[in-house]
Amino acid sequence: MDAAVTVRGLRKRYGATVAVDDVSLDVAGGEIFGLLGPNGSGKTTTVECLQGLRRPDEGTLSVFGFDPCAEPAQVRRLVGSQLQDSALPERLKVWEALRLFSVISPGGPPWERLLDEWGLTGRRNTAFGDLSGGQRQRLFVALALISEPRLVVLDEMTTGLDPAARRVAWDLVAAVRERGTTVVLVTHFMDEAQRLCDRLAVLLDGHVVARGTTAELIASQPRSSAVRSLHRRALTWASSTWWPASRRSPSTTGAGSPSSATGPYSHGSLMRWSTEAWNQRIFELSCPRWRTPTSPSPPRRHPPTRTDRDAGTG
Amino acid sequence: MRALGEMTRVEIKLFAREPLTVLFVLVLPVVVLYVLNGVFGSEPPSPTVWEGLGAVDFYTSSYVALVAGTVGVLSIPVHLAGYREQGVLRRFRASAISPVTLVGAHVVVATLTAAVGAVLLSTVAVLGYDATPPRNWPGLIAAFLLVALAFGALGALLGFVLPTARAAQGLGVLLFFVFMMLGGAGPPREVLPTAMARIGDAIPVTYAGDLLRGPWLGKEWDLTAATVMLGLLLVSAILTVWRLRSEESM
Repeated sequence: MDAAVTVRGLRKRYGATVAVDDVSLDVAGGEIFGLLGPNGSGKTTTVECLQGLRRPDEGTLSVFGFDPCAEPAQVRRLVGSQLQDSALPERLKVWEALRLFSVISPGGPPWERLLDEWGLTGRRNTAFGDLSGGQRQRLFVALALISEPRLVVLDEMTTGLDPAARRVAWDLVAAVRERGTTVVLVTHFMDEAQRLCDRLAVLLDGHVVARGTTAELIASQPRSSAVRSLHRRALTWASSTWWPASRRSPSTTGAGSPSSATGPYSHGSLMRWSTEAWNQRIFELSCPRWRTPTSPSPPRRHPPTRTDRDAGTG
Repeated sequence: MRALGEMTRVEIKLFAREPLTVLFVLVLPVVVLYVLNGVFGSEPPSPTVWEGLGAVDFYTSSYVALVAGTVGVLSIPVHLAGYREQGVLRRFRASAISPVTLVGAHVVVATLTAAVGAVLLSTVAVLGYDATPPRNWPGLIAAFLLVALAFGALGALLGFVLPTARAAQGLGVLLFFVFMMLGGAGPPREVLPTAMARIGDAIPVTYAGDLLRGPWLGKEWDLTAATVMLGLLLVSAILTVWRLRSEESM
């Protein structure tokens, strides 16, 4: 299938901070492509460059053959987006937002249908400022789909949604793909990526550190440098956050290599424990503020036991 | 054009739901006119104050200018800075709603709002306090449009320069009181201390009042005032476009 999106050597910095460094990826038409990574890994900057919302410092981008920098208007006609950290006027009502966006980006289904599909009929006359986090997310996704775009960018789509709403959102995203729409899904939920994405790229510190299908990524995780790096983060964070201070040695409180972060526990037991954590939700693990009520219990409740510590050898 | 029309329709609704702005733009000038007329309304015209005009004739055009100025420095900047701060502008940009369309809608809404405020104020002044009715309607409408557009452009510039809605509100309220007290809508310029009179000479609402007063009273146009308002419009529009382009290239 033809490429919907092509990115080559994308680089973007904000002042001294390099947000994205030499990112290259291809998204095939009709697939759900995931961008997975922790906070600050460059996912949002990458998709903002794709939509022409940011100008890259280096690299080339193409969205259905259009350059987002040189031809932003053409790109935005083909792309629907649900952006992270965006909003609508506080006093704008739900139906007014849908109507406004449908007038400005015509060509899609009637906005009343999206109101119904995304479970917003009961909130039709509610002002944006009075919506819950989940309702706002649903409205944003509905707005992203309003012009029936060829590509939809969903940035942290299910953050803030309750479990039932997440499942509904997943089904709707799958339905969007069934209609032939390409989806770029930015997420930090491994289960979401597993459930929805045909392929994904893992970003870490602005670099693509792994790519492939979810099955390929999980199968390769013990040997993957991405996972080793995530392990390192998990270990460092765990050593400075979860363990009782009385059980921590001074060397466990700083960032560093796994060997400097193991404290009183053996490296092997921590590696096993952090691998389990990866299998739950590694990105939630390394960024605890993202945890939602749907997340599994944090490992605080299951710290490595003395037995684990003694038995592990790596 | 359809996008501008729909955006304008939405922004009018949002304006009507903003009680503080409605209070400052539509209610407060009428209340202050009522108070000032109570204080000065019975004074006969004097050659030493209000340019030799009766108090209500002088103040009515000044308050119409103040309404347009308030929309410009208070309503538009607070809305646009809030949009930038909260990510609304980003949301619109991602959906092919250009900032130019948004600014255009705000300027249209500002002009309409100022027109409603001006009609309300003029009606109260003419029917309630025997102010002179407008003598040169076409001239007055042209002058009013120039004043409203100039303040609308100034508001757009402030909205894209100020970092937050709170900063815009702080500056807007400050400018509102400076405009009101020193721009012809407060004590007569002739009785102000020299420093304050000079500040009054440096703020655009003074010239807006002077510009409106000519056609309103059937006198000659104040060309200096027209030049100042035209300059304000052009400079603000150019700087706003420059600011938008620099934001787009980030």
